Amino acid sequence: MECVFGLVGEGFAIVAADTSAVHSILLHKNNEDKIMLLDSHKLVAASGEPGDRVQFTEYVQKNVSLYKFRNGIPLTTAAAANFTRGELATALRKNPYSVNILMAGYDNESGASLYYIDYIATLHKVDKGAFGYGSYFSLSTMDRHYRPDMSVEEAIELVDKCILEIRSRLVVAPPNFVIKIVDKDGARDYAWRQSVQDVTTAAV
Amino acid sequence: MARYDRAITVFSPDGHLFQVEYALEAVRKGNAAVGVRGTDTVVLAVEKKSTPKLQDTRSARKIVSLDNHVALACAGLKADARVLINKARIECQSHRLTLEDPVTVEYITRYIAGLQQKYTQSGGVRPFGLSTLIVGFDPYTRIPSLYQTDPSGTFSAWKANATGRNSNSIREFLEKNYKETSGQETVKLAIRALLEVVESGGKNIEVALMTREEGTLKQLEEAEIDAIVAEIEAEKAAAEAAKKGPSRET
Repeated sequence: MECVFGLVGEGFAIVAADTSAVHSILLHKNNEDKIMLLDSHKLVAASGEPGDRVQFTEYVQKNVSLYKFRNGIPLTTAAAANFTRGELATALRKNPYSVNILMAGYDNESGASLYYIDYIATLHKVDKGAFGYGSYFSLSTMDRHYRPDMSVEEAIELVDKCILEIRSRLVVAPPNFVIKIVDKDGARDYAWRQSVQDVTTAAV
Repeated sequence: MARYDRAITVFSPDGHLFQVEYALEAVRKGNAAVGVRGTDTVVLAVEKKSTPKLQDTRSARKIVSLDNHVALACAGLKADARVLINKARIECQSHRLTLEDPVTVEYITRYIAGLQQKYTQSGGVRPFGLSTLIVGFDPYTRIPSLYQTDPSGTFSAWKANATGRNSNSIREFLEKNYKETSGQETVKLAIRALLEVVESGGKNIEVALMTREEGTLKQLEEAEIDAIVAEIEAEKAAAEAAKKGPSRET
């Protein structure tokens, strides 16, 4: 039921992910941040097996850092995406990671980009992408309304349309979403869309 | 493999490890390096022996970052340094991955010193021919540190230290002139110490500093170094004039 989706606009890329941590029928928490800052100008939105998701993305993050220290310059988004895909491919026939990733980044030379990397190491450079059951709704909505030269406000409107569609049509829809953006000024939180806050009851 | 397990570093009859001592000789021939710890700033300054005109100076940096908050300068065999620095950088990221925390300066110093020691007690290898000066601010506590390691694998913390060529003279100068400094004063102290043995001028010194609030390594431009050197010369000249002044009057 994890929903992750993203799109590329004019000079920026946006990714949105649900924030529920689920174990069978129990919701552990509804504010789990599944979008990690890979470096100052890259975001990784991941969905899948909770353990694999964190272990694999942190492993990629530390290797991206190491490259920066060894070589004095950061990896490009394309290089980071290809490295990630390579690690998934190597592990695939031994000890596969069940993680689906949307990697968004901004490079000065090539602008904003979005990469679709699935758990069996498929790699595609895309304008819009989505994972999970929510993808049935978000991809269709994005196909209908997406334009390559969207502004941030227009893109957020589209993201909100997708979230609305997921909330109204997916049977066990996640209540909360986090939206993050990356552009020339870096990767950062954009907003949260919460329909359910953590419930605290007063002691009796 | 039979040929390669004969130890290269063995004890001499009077308890010396000559290979380690010869490695220290290699360090003594290396360029001078100075490290100073201030209250809110740590500085590394390294001698730049005449750079060839055609060389791209950016590729020959002598002060490097191991992580965002830790930097290293060394004296000795530069090729050995590359290997040690690479291993240290990997360890910094590995520590972040497994412990979810950046390394402390002492931890990474202990790691590097441990590596240097290992190579004095292994078959078929020689010790690393370099001493390192490691500076940084510990995560969370933000306490500044300066550490030194040497080819034998010993390490210790210092308020100020020097290694490489003429390190004894520099250390003497530091012992005479050290006081708790902060900010630009710390930078000046490090450069003054290095200028004891190095020809004056921005193009003969490489200087980098880290401040508590900035947290990351900042390399000074040649122009900035020249400006500070000019300040130091002016201060020296003023001190000389003050000394001569009163005696001329009588």
